[in-house]
Amino acid sequence: MLAYIIRRVFQSLLVLLIVGLIAFSMFRFVGDPIDNMLGQERTMEDIDRLRDQLGLNDPFVVQYWNFLTGAMQGDFGMSYRQGRPVAEILLERAPATLELAGVSALFAIVFGIGFGVLTAIRRDGVLANVVMTVSLIGVSLPTFLIGILLIYIFSVELGWLPSFGRGEVVRVGSWWTTGFLTESGLKALILPSITLGLYQMTLIMRLVRSEMLEVLRQDYIRFARARGLRERSVNFRHALKNTMVPVITVTGLQLGSIIAFAIITETVFQWPGVGLLFINAIQFVDIPVMAAYLMLISVMFVGINLIVDLLYVAIDPRLRADTTARAK
Amino acid sequence: MADLTPDTQVPKAPAPRPGALRGFLESDVGWSFRHSPVAIVSLIVVVILVCGAVFAPWIAPHNPFDPSTLNLMNGFSAPMQPNAFTGEVFWLGTDDQGRDVFSTILYGLRISLFVGFAAVMLALVLGITLGLLAGYLGGWTETMIMRLADVQLTFPAILVAMLIFGIAKGVIPIEYRDQMAIWVLILAIGLSDWVQFARVVRGATLVEKNREYVAAARLIGRTGPAIMVRHILPNVLSPVLVIATISLALAIIAEATLSFLGIGAPPTQPSLGTLIRIGQGFLFSGEWWILFFPAATLLALALSVNLLGDWLRDALNPKLR
Amino acid sequence: MADRVQGISSRLREGTAHKPAAPDGGTDKPVLSLRDLVVEIPTRYGVLRPVDGVSYDISAGEILGVVGESGAGKSMAGNAVIGLLDPPARIASGQVRLNGESIESLPRSEMRRLRGKQIGMVFQDPLTSLNPLLPIGEQLAETIQEHLPVTRREARARALAGLEEVGIPGAADRLDSYPHEFSGGMRQRVVIALALCAEPCMLIADEPTTALDVSVQAQIIALLKRLCRERGMAVMLVTHDMGVIAEAADRVAVMYAGRLAEIGPVADVLTAPRHPYTYGLMGSTPLAARGQRRLNQIPGAMPRLGHMPEGCAFHPRCPKAAPACSQSVPQPVVMGDGHLAACHFPMTVEPQEAAQ
Repeated sequence: MLAYIIRRVFQSLLVLLIVGLIAFSMFRFVGDPIDNMLGQERTMEDIDRLRDQLGLNDPFVVQYWNFLTGAMQGDFGMSYRQGRPVAEILLERAPATLELAGVSALFAIVFGIGFGVLTAIRRDGVLANVVMTVSLIGVSLPTFLIGILLIYIFSVELGWLPSFGRGEVVRVGSWWTTGFLTESGLKALILPSITLGLYQMTLIMRLVRSEMLEVLRQDYIRFARARGLRERSVNFRHALKNTMVPVITVTGLQLGSIIAFAIITETVFQWPGVGLLFINAIQFVDIPVMAAYLMLISVMFVGINLIVDLLYVAIDPRLRADTTARAK
Repeated sequence: MADLTPDTQVPKAPAPRPGALRGFLESDVGWSFRHSPVAIVSLIVVVILVCGAVFAPWIAPHNPFDPSTLNLMNGFSAPMQPNAFTGEVFWLGTDDQGRDVFSTILYGLRISLFVGFAAVMLALVLGITLGLLAGYLGGWTETMIMRLADVQLTFPAILVAMLIFGIAKGVIPIEYRDQMAIWVLILAIGLSDWVQFARVVRGATLVEKNREYVAAARLIGRTGPAIMVRHILPNVLSPVLVIATISLALAIIAEATLSFLGIGAPPTQPSLGTLIRIGQGFLFSGEWWILFFPAATLLALALSVNLLGDWLRDALNPKLR
Repeated sequence: MADRVQGISSRLREGTAHKPAAPDGGTDKPVLSLRDLVVEIPTRYGVLRPVDGVSYDISAGEILGVVGESGAGKSMAGNAVIGLLDPPARIASGQVRLNGESIESLPRSEMRRLRGKQIGMVFQDPLTSLNPLLPIGEQLAETIQEHLPVTRREARARALAGLEEVGIPGAADRLDSYPHEFSGGMRQRVVIALALCAEPCMLIADEPTTALDVSVQAQIIALLKRLCRERGMAVMLVTHDMGVIAEAADRVAVMYAGRLAEIGPVADVLTAPRHPYTYGLMGSTPLAARGQRRLNQIPGAMPRLGHMPEGCAFHPRCPKAAPACSQSVPQPVVMGDGHLAACHFPMTVEPQEAAQ
């Protein structure tokens, strides 16, 4: 068990190291930051001074070392475009993205599992068929079109909900800002959360459904029925729990995707989060911001993967016994 | 009990032989196709859209990128209604610059489909090559390739594509960026999507590698790889075809997404995504058609390719999970 | 027709008089009786009949072995009895009587209450029959509480007693173990404990030993026999293994293509089979005691459900087939004491001679 955890942590660190190398390579070799920071009118002195200032004249190894130690301490350098520390900009925008992602994830999980179970148990029901058909369209619909559609219906036509921004936010603690405490903030959360969560919800739903149908065919479900257990107990106590093992993995990975897909939703709704920052960074080739975003999101992804693996062990007693067999 | 219904009696991944297209409609897959209205309708929609894109220069009433044919006076014409100033009628209306929306959609489709197909081809070639290499060579080559695949799979493809796009943008000098944008898109989407192909091909290669004919071929002096390619490719044809179809839908959506975000096809060469980005600006001012028609086209394209892929997966039923 | 079957079954029961009487005094009434049971599966190619007019009784304290090739309908009959036919399969006609009461058309909820409480069932594979994520004590207690008005504490005590009864060593320590912590044979014991924990009067064992090691098979058979005698249960032992039948069953029912070919006391049927199919089956079974030199095989294969031949289903493979066999379905005819065979031209030769 302990060996398994150590092994997984080690693998995670390896992934992070690779990503760090990519981020650093971007940082070091892609484009000339001087070009981006100084525009057309520049003197050789300007260029040299800036190169020194940014440490671009240092030897490769020194730069790499500085990058890594800096990143560890949360120092991702200066944004080429805004001329401010990247960490400061990220910190300022993180709450918006995290709140959006959290609400979306909750939405996706609750409705995904609920609809998945429903469509599996009542396979031939009308509601199940409607949900399945809609989900097929949902999977094919690009996220940004869903966002635009929702804006059109609820903002343009009905005028119920705001079409962009976070609404009014309240500062909590030293740097966190929240939209949960104001009415406009909550209202502003609705459309982006649905937009962001819908795709993940469909995925979770389809997975829960197919896993549940698979589990319902198993002998132990038959045996549970043959012992006269109630349908509710068979479906939820016996079937759902077994369904959860694979579902947790995929759901965990989907949560990671939510943070990545937030980029799209944030652009559609002009949500002032990290994703919008990343898009702008790409548009203006603001490499430090891109690199920092990459590092940050990798840490999140790898962390989520790790948690998923541990949850896996917690839910399935077979893994507690022989964890080596699992770790392919 | 399900085994008794004919639907599930459709073939378990029949190994298609080259030239098997002839008997398509008599084959099992053909049977499944003829009995699937969804597949038929999807195919028709795809064919119409592809034809529209291919023959755009002949079908489109205007060339939206030839400024000499544009008349700013025609701007904001509603669909099917004569323009207030010029009296001209446009099926799907015009945008702010007087460009015919129908024509821009046809040209946009061209770019969307081109990027989609090219990206999938890139992913396919790359994936098959790396998969074969990994499976055949084994050792550290395999470890390297599959580790890379694992790391890449940790991140959503669209994020990888964005990153590649961002890096490429940094590498390419500013003055070439718009010109190169389409190729960068293809590269970005293609590179973000090779893993699935590689996995399937590697799996099949591992199986085939230990078959006797490979050893036999080596004994008579043939080189392993040449034979492997000849024998493995036919075996993985059906799963690769399914992955390619589903990838095409994903690639089209990815391209549209990137373009919508303003980091894809430039306004001078608008794809459907770019058109939707432009149209979103008119959402509140009432010119719905500038947004609606490109969006509907994209939806029809993505949905029908997706449904076609879904059907194909069920019909060929390869072990794909 | 019904009268005739009634008459036959009373003779059947006389034939079973030699076995030990049930502890409760051995009532005359059978625990389970099937009368002309027909199971149908409607498909778009037509209606299939995996079970076609089967009648037999099982008394308290008796083990009836149901034997036949795969697809003969033996499991399907068991599933029909316990009400677990997978749709679209359904009981089309006939009766299933449990302690004299018809249960074939009970509503779902009442049928559910019957399962586990009145009829227990054991499946083939103990590896897949237990929920891997729940401790076995949990699964036992849950089932007990479903059927009996006991507290959680009592349910656990009963679960423990149940495990001890089926011979799980150190049962008290193993209540909280998960299924994967048991060996195959032990798991099948747990499965049996689960099937019997609400003290049903009837047990359906569907190939309970097929997935087990040979050495473990005998133990499980012995356990089933002991439980049957001690509790006075009626046991339907579905198997394709003649050895298991010879070892465990009091009577045996041979099924072929959904119909009953032959039924009777084990000793009679195994030593003097009257139906050519049973005869062929015996000839193709390695039973060391019978001193066979080599195995015979029955030519051909059992007909598929959609392609049932006219008349006797066995006639295309039967060495004794005559024109009459392809014209009418043979009805069960009394051959001896509680011994019936459905054949127009039953065997008369002694099997010992034939096997030489």
